[in-house]
Amino acid sequence: MTPLLDVRDVSVRFPLGGSWFGAKQILRAVEGVSFQIAAGETLALVGESGSGKTTLGHVVSGLRSPTSGSVEFRGEAITRSGEKPIQLVFQDPFSALDPRMLVGDIVAEPLRIRGGVSTAERRDRASRILTQVGLPAESISRYPHQFSGGQRQRIAIARALISDPQLIVADEPLSALDVSVQSQVLNLIKDIQESQQIAYLFISHDLGVVNHLADRVAVLYLGRLMEIATRQDLFERPSHPYTRALLTSLPRVGRGRRLPGQGAHGEIPSPLSPPSGCVFHTRCPRAEKLCTEQVPELLPVEGRTQLAACHFRGSGP
Amino acid sequence: MTVATNLTLEAPQSIWNARWNRFRRHRLAMTATIFLILLAIACAAADLIANALGVDPSAVDLFERFSPPSSKHLLGTDEIGRDVLVRLLHGGRISLMVGLLATALGGAFGVLIGVVSGFLEGRTDAFLMRFTDCVLSLPIIPLLIVLGAVDLSKLGLPQAWLNSPSVSFWRIVVVIALVDWTAIARISRAATLSVKHRDFVQAARASGATRLYNITAHILPNIATPLIVAGALTVGRVILFESTLSFLGFGVVPPTPTWGNMLTNAQELVTSAPALAIYPGVLILLTVVAVNLVGDGVRVAFDPRSDS
Repeated sequence: MTPLLDVRDVSVRFPLGGSWFGAKQILRAVEGVSFQIAAGETLALVGESGSGKTTLGHVVSGLRSPTSGSVEFRGEAITRSGEKPIQLVFQDPFSALDPRMLVGDIVAEPLRIRGGVSTAERRDRASRILTQVGLPAESISRYPHQFSGGQRQRIAIARALISDPQLIVADEPLSALDVSVQSQVLNLIKDIQESQQIAYLFISHDLGVVNHLADRVAVLYLGRLMEIATRQDLFERPSHPYTRALLTSLPRVGRGRRLPGQGAHGEIPSPLSPPSGCVFHTRCPRAEKLCTEQVPELLPVEGRTQLAACHFRGSGP
Repeated sequence: MTVATNLTLEAPQSIWNARWNRFRRHRLAMTATIFLILLAIACAAADLIANALGVDPSAVDLFERFSPPSSKHLLGTDEIGRDVLVRLLHGGRISLMVGLLATALGGAFGVLIGVVSGFLEGRTDAFLMRFTDCVLSLPIIPLLIVLGAVDLSKLGLPQAWLNSPSVSFWRIVVVIALVDWTAIARISRAATLSVKHRDFVQAARASGATRLYNITAHILPNIATPLIVAGALTVGRVILFESTLSFLGFGVVPPTPTWGNMLTNAQELVTSAPALAIYPGVLILLTVVAVNLVGDGVRVAFDPRSDS
């Protein structure tokens, strides 16, 4: 069976500067990333700021062509134009909605772009989908500025849903919202998935949210995949030191002190000059000489379902 | 799966209704609008007014030079006995029309250059903006004078049209539009750049929107506010340019009156008949100020956030 989305060895590099003076530098935002998403599945993409999560999301949704590698949707290459059963939900609900458009027009926009749906039907479907995401149907004749952040995010979700997509790329859809609103929107996202079998690429840095929502989790560091595993395996038996460091960084209540020597120290290195060998060796608690010389491949961990890119995968604590 | 939200919405309001209500609350802009409307009506009705008063705007009457305001000549007469009020109204027609048409023409060109430049970026942007910088770096008044002095008969235009009285009018419209589009081009580019990276444009792209769709549906409505303000300022400036050119003799040529060439005639008489210079001067001042106030009011009206 072909997967819904097949990302193969995707790299994105940005040439920086060097227009007239000085040499060009190359920013390696994403390096050799491969993963698949099955129909109706939620894959969470986690990583620190600057790890290339958003860039990868743009590649998947066809907003950016990869420098190399391929992205296939149901066996067909994704192009930058034409009809796409992939929709986007953005982080900032204030920038995601055109302030000059009525909410009804915003929600119905994917139908208008695709064409072939009458104005009356677009209005009708927009008001139906708005009630589905928990907003009154009359919202169609209001402007975005009349809504709060959480309500705007619902509008953005309604826009993503209206064209019956099979995959929604959600780029940190909760991180700009108040904590009390986050859980409501999170439940909405989960409800939609359960009732409509939509697959998600859920980009987040919030492991708590990921644990609540994801089927599988991919861990990104400096544009490279460190580990990809089912949610349960990843949270209970992480096999990459970076994943362990991320999990240790989760604040906990009443479960004793954090284990010393497990967290990652310092800042993420610059993607302009990534470290040699394993890119994580500069912050890894168990790095050895081998790690500075040889790039570890993303390989299965013995006796488990997950893949990890570490020379010592599976042999950790 | 409906999530219950207790949410009260403000009553719906049509876009233009809401804009009009916001505009109406801007008192200065309303005053300026009423002034401009009255001025435009008076200018349009210049011939009717002349008939009603029984004066002929082009009739020379050397026995009535510099006559003071009277019931026949409400603002008196000029140095060759022509009625000042009727001439001012005729001149206002030209000044206002030049202001609007040159702004519309130059503005359309500026928006085209600016939006294309900002939306495509890269080499196109660099080329168009350096071109804009070149035009911007030319001194405006000498450039206007040179363009105003071009001999149109050498451009291969039909002779019949060249002899018609509307030539000097259209010529000044085109000359000003050729020079005064740079500010609008730069504002359009800057505004386009800031709008095109907003997420709603990306969302439309992800749905398969074409560049043209994004420009017409998202970019233009979102850059309208700064453009309307810039446009209003331009109308004011164009009226000043027209006056300057006509004053210097490169614009609309006498006997067709404009506020600018009426000032030319009046400058020699400033000590003996100062009123002849004051009337067109005050009208230019009031019109330019009023146009700017209207621009400010429209800016407020078009911004939905100014409600709160």
